[in-house]
Amino acid sequence: MLKPNITKNTEVSSNQKHNQSPFKLARKRFLRNKLAIAGIAVLILFILAALFAPLLTQHDPTKGDLMLIEKPPSSEHLLGTDSSGRDNFARLIYGARISLTVGFSAMLFTLLIGVITGALAGYYGGKVDNLIMRAADLMLALPFLVLALTIIAILEKVTVGIFVAVIAITSWPTLTRIVRGAFLSLREQEFILGARAIGATDIRIIFKHFIPNAIGPIIVNATLLMATMIIVESALSFIGMGIPQPTPTWGNMISEAQNIRILRDHPEAWVPPGLAILLTVLAINFIGDGLRDTFDPKSNRR
Amino acid sequence: MTKQNKNIADSPILNVRNIKKYFPIKGGVFKRTIGHLKAVDDISLSINKGETLGIVGESGSGKSTLGRVILKLIDATEGSILYKDTNITSMKRNQFRPYRRNMQMVFQDPFGSLNSKMSVAELVEEPLLVQTSLSKKERQEKAIEFIEKVGLRAEDRLKYPHEFSGGQRQRISIARALITNPEFIVCDEPVSALDISIQAQVLNLMKDLQEELGLTYLFIAHDLSVVKHISDRVAVMYLGKIVEIAPTSTLFKEPAHPYTQALLASIPTLNKKKTDEPTVKLKGDIPSPANPPSGCAFRTRCPFAHERCEKETPVLATQGVQHEVACHLLDGQDDVPIATKSDPTLKKISKA
Repeated sequence: MLKPNITKNTEVSSNQKHNQSPFKLARKRFLRNKLAIAGIAVLILFILAALFAPLLTQHDPTKGDLMLIEKPPSSEHLLGTDSSGRDNFARLIYGARISLTVGFSAMLFTLLIGVITGALAGYYGGKVDNLIMRAADLMLALPFLVLALTIIAILEKVTVGIFVAVIAITSWPTLTRIVRGAFLSLREQEFILGARAIGATDIRIIFKHFIPNAIGPIIVNATLLMATMIIVESALSFIGMGIPQPTPTWGNMISEAQNIRILRDHPEAWVPPGLAILLTVLAINFIGDGLRDTFDPKSNRR
Repeated sequence: MTKQNKNIADSPILNVRNIKKYFPIKGGVFKRTIGHLKAVDDISLSINKGETLGIVGESGSGKSTLGRVILKLIDATEGSILYKDTNITSMKRNQFRPYRRNMQMVFQDPFGSLNSKMSVAELVEEPLLVQTSLSKKERQEKAIEFIEKVGLRAEDRLKYPHEFSGGQRQRISIARALITNPEFIVCDEPVSALDISIQAQVLNLMKDLQEELGLTYLFIAHDLSVVKHISDRVAVMYLGKIVEIAPTSTLFKEPAHPYTQALLASIPTLNKKKTDEPTVKLKGDIPSPANPPSGCAFRTRCPFAHERCEKETPVLATQGVQHEVACHLLDGQDDVPIATKSDPTLKKISKA
C-alpha cells in the first residue's frame, strides 16, 4: 500500500501564478524587443499596402501611356511615370505584392525542402545522411547567383511560380545543414531515447520531439532567408533575369536606373523602390534578430 | 556459469544470455572499422519477478549500455535476451513495440530526459497514446491517477518541466514509465543527479511503488549506498563484465572479488575506526574498453594480480549461496592465497 505521498513530499513547488509553456515565455521575451516590434510594424505596413493596392491608386501598374513618358511627380502621378509611361506609385505598391510574395513563398518552399531533407539526414544518419549532405555540398559548391541565372536563362518563360521554385531549389542546402545540425545535437539527448523507450514511431519522434525543440534556429533562419530572397529577386530583376516586364516588382523598377538619364534626372523613379527594399529587408532582419534573442539557449532558462 | 537451477520457484522475468555489445571504432580515410569498444562483454544474468537487481560499476564499465541493450534501445552484437521465455533479441522495432508496455525505463538526467516543450500531462499521457487505444478522457484520468501516485498534485499536470525541481522531474519520469502498467523497469541511475535528501525520497517512492505494483527493477547505479538500500541482489561490473554477483547482504558483508572489496572500502564513512585491517585501494583509472587488458580485465589495478591473471580470463564461479565471483584467486588452483591479509603487496598498498 502506498501511503499518500503528498504530505511528506516537501519539494512541491511554490505556488506559481499560471502555467507558462516554453512558447508563451518565448513570446513574452520577443515582445520586449523594441527593434523587432518596429520591424513587425514596418512589415505589416508594407503588407497592408500590398493587399489594398487597388484602393491606393487607380492606375494600372502594367499599362503604360506612351504620351506620358518619364513625367515628373504630379498630383495625378505621385511619383511620376517610367520610361514606358507607367505610373511609378502604382508600380511601387503593386510591386510590393510580387516582392513580398516571392520572398515569402520562396522562404516557405525552401523551408519545406530544408526541413524534410535536414530531418531525414539528422534522424536516420548513415547512408541517408551521406546522400543528402553530399547533394547539399554539391549545391553549395556552385555559386548561387550564377546557378539561378543559368536555370532562368535555360527556361523560356519565367513566371512567379517558376522563379520561386528556382530560388528554393538553389538555396535549400543552408537550411538543411541547420536542421540536420539541430537534430544531431538533439539525438544525443535522453528524452529522445525516452520517446523510443515508450515505443513512439519515427514520425511521432520527429514531429513531436525533434521539431518543437529545433524550431528556434529553423524560424530564425527562415526569417533571415526571406530577407535574402527579396534581395535575390531584386538583384535578378535588376539585371533583367528576374520576373519579366511589365510585371511590377521592386527590382524591375530599379532596373530603370540602368538608364543614366533616369538615374540623374528622375530619382523619384528609383529611390522609392530602393528604399522599399532596404526597409523591408531591414525590418525582416530585425525580426530575425529578435527571434534569435528569443530562442537563444543562454537567455532560455530551463 | 550462469544462474541456472536456482530459484526455479521464482520464475525469471528476464533472462540475459551471453550478451555482448561491441561498438565499432571507425578510423582512417575510408572509415573502416579498426577496432571494437567492448562496452558489454559476455554478460549473463536473470532477474526474478518482483526483485531488484542492482548493477554497480565505475563510469565506463558498461552498465548503462547493458540497460539499453536489454530494452533494445541499442541492438546487441551477440547473445540473447529472453523476456518471460520469449526471445526478444532479434525482434524488429515494430514487432517489439507492444512489449515496451511491459518494459520501461527511468533515465538518469532529470533535466534531459523530459521534452521541455511538452506539459506534464502530455508527457505522462504519451505512453498511453502510443501504446493503447484509450480515449482522451481515459488517458487523462489515468495520468492524474499516476501523477498523484508519484506524489505530485493533479494541478501540476498543466505545468511544464522547467517549473519543477530535479526530484519532481524524476517523479514525472517515474509516472511516465509506470502508466502503461509495466512489469519490468530499467532504472538508469535514477537518483544520481539528485540532492542526497531528495535521493532518499525518490528511492522510497520507487520502493513503495514496487511493493504496490509488483514491479521488477534493474537498478543501475554507481553509488553503493543507494544500491544497498534498494537491491535484493547486486552485480558488480568492471569493463563490460560481471565480476561478482550476490545477494545484497552477502556482497556487502563478504565481498570476494578484489574489485568489490576495493569499491566497498572506498565508501567514505564519518567515523571510521582505525583498524589494522588493510583495505584494498584502487589506483589509476579504468582501462579503455577499446583495448582491455588480456586475461582478467582487472589485473592492471589488482594488488593480487599474478601470472595466471594475464593469460586466462576468469569466469563466474559459484562461491556461496547465489554468490558468483570471477577471480582466479578463489578457485583454489593457485598457490596464491585467497585475498591474504599477509600479502606483502597488499600491505604496501594499504599504507600508501
